[in-house]
Amino acid sequence: MSNTAQNLFQFDTSTLVFALPEIFLLSSIVVILLIDVFLKKSFKNITYYLSQIAIFITALLSYNLIGNGEQIIFSGSFIHDDLAAIFKVAMMVASIVVLVYSRTYLNIHNLFKGEYFVLVLLAILGMMVMVSGYSLLTLYLGLEILSLSLYTLIAIARSRANAVEAGLKYFVLGAIASGLLLYGMSMIYGINGSLNIAEIAQFASGASLESSQQLILNFGLVFIVIGVAFKLGAVPFHNWVPDVYQGSPTSVTMFLSSVPKIAAVAMLIRLLIEGLGSLQDYWSDLFIALAILSIGVGSLVALMQSNIKRMLAYSTISHIGFILLGFATGTMTGYGSAVFYVFTYVLMSIAAFGVIILLNKKGFESEFISDFKGLGRRSPWFALMMLIVMLSMAGIPPFIGFYSKFFILQQVVNSGFIELAIIAVIFAVISAYYYLQIIKSMYFDESDNTSPVSSPMDTQLVLSINAVLILAVGLFPNYWMNIALSVF
Amino acid sequence: MEQVLLSLLIWMPILGGFATLIVGNQRALSAKWVALSLSLIVFILSLGLYTGFDNTTHLMQFVEKSSWISQFNINYHLGVDGISMPLIILTTFSTILVIIAGWEVIQNRPAHYMAAFLMMEGLIIGVFSALDAILYYVFWEASLIPMLLIIGIWGGDNRIYASIKFFLYTFIGSVFMLISMIYMYNIGGSFGILDMHALSLTMTEQSWIFWAFFLAFAVKVPMFPVHTWLPDAHVQAPTGGSVILAAIMLKMGGYGFFRFSLPITPDASLNFSDIVIVISLIAIVYIGFVALVQRDMKKLIAYSSISHMGFVTLGLFAMFLAVKNSYEGALLGLEGAMVQMISHGFISAAMFLVVGVLYDRLHSREISTYGGVINSMPKFTGFAVLFAMANAGLPATSGFVGEFMVILGAMQANFWISTLAATTLILGAAYTLWMVKRVFWGPIHNDAVKSLNDINAREFFILGVLALAVIIMGVYPQPVIEVMHSSIEHLLNQALTSKLAI
Repeated sequence: MSNTAQNLFQFDTSTLVFALPEIFLLSSIVVILLIDVFLKKSFKNITYYLSQIAIFITALLSYNLIGNGEQIIFSGSFIHDDLAAIFKVAMMVASIVVLVYSRTYLNIHNLFKGEYFVLVLLAILGMMVMVSGYSLLTLYLGLEILSLSLYTLIAIARSRANAVEAGLKYFVLGAIASGLLLYGMSMIYGINGSLNIAEIAQFASGASLESSQQLILNFGLVFIVIGVAFKLGAVPFHNWVPDVYQGSPTSVTMFLSSVPKIAAVAMLIRLLIEGLGSLQDYWSDLFIALAILSIGVGSLVALMQSNIKRMLAYSTISHIGFILLGFATGTMTGYGSAVFYVFTYVLMSIAAFGVIILLNKKGFESEFISDFKGLGRRSPWFALMMLIVMLSMAGIPPFIGFYSKFFILQQVVNSGFIELAIIAVIFAVISAYYYLQIIKSMYFDESDNTSPVSSPMDTQLVLSINAVLILAVGLFPNYWMNIALSVF
Repeated sequence: MEQVLLSLLIWMPILGGFATLIVGNQRALSAKWVALSLSLIVFILSLGLYTGFDNTTHLMQFVEKSSWISQFNINYHLGVDGISMPLIILTTFSTILVIIAGWEVIQNRPAHYMAAFLMMEGLIIGVFSALDAILYYVFWEASLIPMLLIIGIWGGDNRIYASIKFFLYTFIGSVFMLISMIYMYNIGGSFGILDMHALSLTMTEQSWIFWAFFLAFAVKVPMFPVHTWLPDAHVQAPTGGSVILAAIMLKMGGYGFFRFSLPITPDASLNFSDIVIVISLIAIVYIGFVALVQRDMKKLIAYSSISHMGFVTLGLFAMFLAVKNSYEGALLGLEGAMVQMISHGFISAAMFLVVGVLYDRLHSREISTYGGVINSMPKFTGFAVLFAMANAGLPATSGFVGEFMVILGAMQANFWISTLAATTLILGAAYTLWMVKRVFWGPIHNDAVKSLNDINAREFFILGVLALAVIIMGVYPQPVIEVMHSSIEHLLNQALTSKLAI
């Protein structure tokens, strides 16, 4: 014990290499912030490109670290392993795509500011810390960096009442959730005397736990699950999701709905699987309740939405339900399936918002399902992309969304919860109805508007690749599944 | 060639569909030629299945197998036997007709229309040749997408309702099938359909799995009382959509019973055969009466489809009763069910094309719009009457063969079952011939009918080819029966071997 403690407090500069992506990103943020101050308004594009380059290099740095095994540095508060590296690469790629889609939108709606990109970079930094956090404190720190950046990003459209309301709502509810999470962490820290995940794991799996210790541990667990569920937006902690999705500028919604989910799942894995894995029986039950409620509420309430951002918010909630179901199975393949689901969900969600953003014009914010009317005629290619995304989200093969649901269901049935699988598929059929509504709008409804949708080349290209991936990964899901399984 | 023939048949039309999309609506004529030549090539290739087929074995032929999703032991496993091979040829055959039938008629986005049918062709061939349950499910569900779009984009006034109803009905039916497949995988460790055939299951398990599969297939066939999507879908779909729907998509349900229900859950099938027989008889008789009172020609044919498909499920499940008296009777019933599927493929396609010809001219499906069509369209009336006779089950047409075999098989089961089933021959004659009388004969009520042009060469060709098919199969069904004989016999033995672990 004393030996490891000593090692923990040694500082070896060579270990810094494992935090290189974070260090690089932080330095870039500072530099970009400084450069941006001196840029004239007409040169703001430079900030955009610099940010993209910074994210890209961070992705490369993370990618290079894959396969280095498990490295715990900074006195046991920061971990590098394949999970961290792969998740970081996924987050970077998703962020790059999100920024590509956002650019036109930000220009149209006068949101193209240096702060926007700096805040996005900061949020990414926060998420990287979350993914690599190996003590309760680092995890919380990462979460707060992310949350504070997001609150500001949401409210960045100051002139819009909706956006400010959404930002404030997210801030207040987010603060409560952070408080609950912190409360749970304090209980766990109080009972075992360490913030380190490995030591918590060791303590929690100890056979010599007294029942009073067990009780406090369980209490802490419940609060941590609540905190995680809030960040993921699982029912009944979902109330912020629709309002924030609707109120935020669409580019922020796109970011919010995709990349942070990866980070939240990573935090879930660190806290609940690596830290409190021995309490899996307890949190599985909680997860099953959260999952079924999320799938149910997400599917049913989405039926009544006419605002597509709200509809996608509820659709996200139901996807989150499936992800939680995967974790609830408690098997390695189940965890892998859940990670696979997160990746595919991010791929689909970004593409969906990408198409919504395409429909924006100067002075026109595309928000309603009816805005898609006649898209099949106006821009057959983009309509086809949206068709693929919607069918994939509904879980229709051969698109990727089917396999992610299928893998989860397979594990659920395997764990003996056939009735859960039946409930889940019934809601999946119900949710197909609202995805079909978009297809109906695009293809079956006639529209007076026949002007094709215009968009810059890079958006078109990336969006096409994005949608084609949804199909291509669907034809060969085994490669992605191998990656998802390799993180455990 | 033999090793990749099935893959070619699946992927050529799908990729060809994409090619047609790329050619685009601006170059509609080239797109149509691409589609037509592709469908012809695929048809010719599919004949290779027939010529290279070995009649003497029930084993899968033209097998392809490679690992697909290794984590769950899912394989890209294809193969055909005597049950699936005729259905594949039926599919490639019908697709050509549909593409020719839509040649001039479809003005709205013609390239997309052709592409949808090509992709559907590939997906449906995938359904019939998949030997891995997940591969099968992927094709099964994916084939809904083109049909959804075909009904929704090119359909009639109420197309949105019909297309979404069609989609959701089939979707809810099939998700339980997926769960059953997963369940069997968790017992046996394989998604291979042939492995599932050999899987030992308790009665409780079999019952659940039976009903899960039953729901999926009954919706597709469709059986009473889950048939209500079909009249809507048929009435709203464009002619080509109706043809594919009736000629092939309904067969996916019947095929499912052959491939999954009987061999995987033989004991449950035996146990619940009475229920299925009753449901089938209701479909045959009651839906026959419903067809009698229709005013819309397409609706009438849609109901007649349901009634005829009732014979398929009757033949399939009456065999459990028939086998007590005679093994040959049971075999006859099963083969009859299969022949009935093929024959119905031709006849229903022909009937919908006949209605399509009239609809293209007067844009009405109402029987009352017409009357005395024979005066202006004599050639067309000749074809129409022939197909109507076949639909009514006239001997020497294919309609007679299948129904007669099923009735004979059912006779071994129970006199009353076969008597009830035989009433359809009368009912079918009644509703079909009554429609013919009101549409083609009698006085002309409508001035527009007077100035109708008779069918052109294109229409003559498709109706002529179908007429030949109907007559040849009616006079000489032997080749079709020979091809399926070994497979059906094997299936019968599988269905009669109890799986209950002792």
